Amino acid sequence: MRTSSTSRSPLLFLTTVAICIFMVAPVLVSVMAGLVNSYNRGISSGLTLRWVEQVWEVYGSTVGASIGLALACVICTLLLGVPCAYALARSRSRLARAFEELLLLPVAIPSLATALALILVYGNMTSLRQSFVFILIGHVVFTLPFMVRTVSAAFQRPDLLAMEEAARTLGAGFVQRFLGVLVPAVLPAIVAGMLMVFTLSIGEFNLTWMLHIPLTRTLPVGLADSYASMRIEVGSAYTLVFLLVILPVLWILQALTTLIQKRYGT
Amino acid sequence: MELESPVSTQSTRIEITQCAKTYPDGTRGLLPVDLNIEAGEVVALLGPSGCGKTTLLRLLAGLETADPGSRILFGDQDVTALPAEKRGIGMVFQSYALFPQMTVEANIVYGLKIRGASADECRRTAGTLIDLVRLNGLEKKRPTELSGGQRQRVALARAVAVKPRVLLLDEPMAALDAKLKESLREELAELLRRLGITAVHVTHDQQEAMAIADRLALMEAGQIMQVGTAESLYRNPAHPFVARFLGRVNTLARSSEDMAAGVIRLGNGALACPGHLRDRNEVMLRPEDIHLVAPNGGATARIARRTFLGDRVQLQLELEGQPPLMVEAHGLLAYAPGDIVGLEIDTERLLPARNDATAA
Amino acid sequence: MTAPPNPTSRASQIRMLCVLPAVIFFTAFWLLPAATLIALPANNGWDTYLLVLTNARYLQSLLNTLWLSLATTLVTLILGAAVGIYLARRRFRGRQALISLLTAPLAFPGVIVGFFVILIGGRQGSFASLTSSLGMGRMTFAYGVIGLFLAYLYFSLPRAIASYTAAAEAMDPQLEEAARVLGASRWQITRDAWWPQLLPTTVACGAIVFATAMGAFGTAFTLSSQFEVVPITIYNEFTNYANFAVAASLSIALGLVTWGVLYLSRVLTNDAKAAQ
Repeated sequence: MRTSSTSRSPLLFLTTVAICIFMVAPVLVSVMAGLVNSYNRGISSGLTLRWVEQVWEVYGSTVGASIGLALACVICTLLLGVPCAYALARSRSRLARAFEELLLLPVAIPSLATALALILVYGNMTSLRQSFVFILIGHVVFTLPFMVRTVSAAFQRPDLLAMEEAARTLGAGFVQRFLGVLVPAVLPAIVAGMLMVFTLSIGEFNLTWMLHIPLTRTLPVGLADSYASMRIEVGSAYTLVFLLVILPVLWILQALTTLIQKRYGT
Repeated sequence: MELESPVSTQSTRIEITQCAKTYPDGTRGLLPVDLNIEAGEVVALLGPSGCGKTTLLRLLAGLETADPGSRILFGDQDVTALPAEKRGIGMVFQSYALFPQMTVEANIVYGLKIRGASADECRRTAGTLIDLVRLNGLEKKRPTELSGGQRQRVALARAVAVKPRVLLLDEPMAALDAKLKESLREELAELLRRLGITAVHVTHDQQEAMAIADRLALMEAGQIMQVGTAESLYRNPAHPFVARFLGRVNTLARSSEDMAAGVIRLGNGALACPGHLRDRNEVMLRPEDIHLVAPNGGATARIARRTFLGDRVQLQLELEGQPPLMVEAHGLLAYAPGDIVGLEIDTERLLPARNDATAA
Repeated sequence: MTAPPNPTSRASQIRMLCVLPAVIFFTAFWLLPAATLIALPANNGWDTYLLVLTNARYLQSLLNTLWLSLATTLVTLILGAAVGIYLARRRFRGRQALISLLTAPLAFPGVIVGFFVILIGGRQGSFASLTSSLGMGRMTFAYGVIGLFLAYLYFSLPRAIASYTAAAEAMDPQLEEAARVLGASRWQITRDAWWPQLLPTTVACGAIVFATAMGAFGTAFTLSSQFEVVPITIYNEFTNYANFAVAASLSIALGLVTWGVLYLSRVLTNDAKAAQ
């Protein structure tokens, strides 16, 4: 795209620089705070890994819990959401449109309300209430609309309809053409949906905080706990751990999406 | 050159009886039609958009359900209730609908894989077909790397790989540019002849239909107006629509005095009206059936415009009492706008224009 | 001749089977609970639904949240548009990396953003150290409404930057060129060529930012600010006072506001699309 000379605006440039500093500085300060002996004295107090070690001792399990939960969430939304997206994309009935609208509600209203509602109805089932499955259910309810919407838009492409008909005339039954033709064709959208669901799940706090018990803590829940009750250095170290978990994942999956888009076209 | 069809297919005759299609919102895409297609014949469904030709094709494919009372036979088998997967057809789509994540070879053998063919059989068939449609060297490419003409050939190979008893083509040339269309037309016609397969081909392009098909079925507003070879439709159109759609026509009006006197007025002259057209108030005439001579006391006209179209010359003639006439021929180089010319018309070549109430 | 069994009904059977698992899951784990939540306040009397308006404390909380969210939305849109337009029109090495960096905070839970504010503006924060060394004593901004506002800005900007960068890249350069050729000034170009094209994005993005800010819990929770927002009120009623009906009533009110804003934005952007 040609850059026009009017874009050489010093105002825009300065604003951009200011915002970049605003966004990046706290991350850097936090990383630094987790690696120094004393936040008060700053870098002059020397670098150390003892806060990170302490974090790992106390909160190490939350990392595995969050990643496991996010993966389970991705699998559930795939199994529930991809066929659902197909059905909604092909259906012209008013019921389908209504369901699409309903599906968006968990995203439109604060997840706090969703958590409350879940506790109201299922809070008494102790074995459910005290397991990770309860949190998983909350995560799936919250992330399913993203998967369905992303994949449904891809299924609606007109060339997909022709491909499905072509597969039918060649004798393919439903499962054969769904798995062999349709899913590969919308793969970029599915991967994008998976990325969205994974990151949403890892970073989910509002819902998880309401649904958790001390035995079912996730990373964000642990973070809140450490901010409230631990030294600022420990909180920073824990934040560092979170960043080390999520940023590489974000970037790997972004690279994957670009790769798949290049191979298959959009 | 092999004389036997390289991809031997069992070609079947098709019998369509009272097939109609009404859509859920009430539009009648197809009124009850009948059509018989012989085994090995190529029939073109030709007509303007909205005439129902694609609807009929999709009914044959099983991608749409026909209204109750319709019947479609492939040979002796009643396929009306069979879904598309089970009809044993091959179909080439307008957009080709190639699977983008599969190579050319994988696309072609897709139908075979579904039927559980062995890897050997797949490879052999793919090899034969790639030779047949001349895609050698492109086996491992993906559809996005191919040109329009190449994609069309892949779509064709994929459709015939499963040895279908009927081949259906939905405007296969629509996505190609004019020059490419002409050369591919010949290839497709040749290919269909070699395969000897029963084929139904939908198009809005007359030239394409005439070049490829053995017979044409001309359709309009959900009905089949006339079926026959291109030549018979052109020379003996059963319906004014057919005459207008195939080729060009001029329309000559007859006033009530003309009809009473049994003539057709042509400017300052009159033609004797042939018997079978006596009660028509409009007749049609093709541009190539009007001959220009030196003014000789018969009807005359003035040349208003001359257009050079390469292989032919078009002249627009003005004359009294009739709309401007279009005349076409090779040659006609001597005439220029403003000249007065005499007209000579073979009345045998006149065609009826309007239906009157009693005619079919 | 019997009527042929309808292949299209078979197709709709397949679609029904495809959507069934999602429908069952959604009904069991959202529709049913939501219905229960909506019916709950009625147990304490019908006027419980209006608590957010009738009770002075809750009303204050609602107004706090509304003002905060509005302010956040406004500032976010302006700053986000500036950055988005700048980044869309300039090409430099590392541009893609910078955009990834700026939009990464979308994945952060709100608690981290709260922590950042404490880190910098809290009692032990860098800002306090700075003011103390200047002789003004340890000044903090983290625990008041300013700290909250900065935090809300932090988690809202990435969304605005992402939206505006995409929208600005999709802007038709020919509109601007036509205006330039006709002699328009920079301000007129902004008003007549840029603004109409960016309006749908502004409406959609603004609605999302507003709704997110209204429903944000983790950030305020970490900052345990005096400035009470509705999500915190709901949380307190539920956990500390076991006032389930009140919590439900406030949740319904909050949900209505966020849903309403998003719905309105969808209607407006669809109208804009239809008018084009």
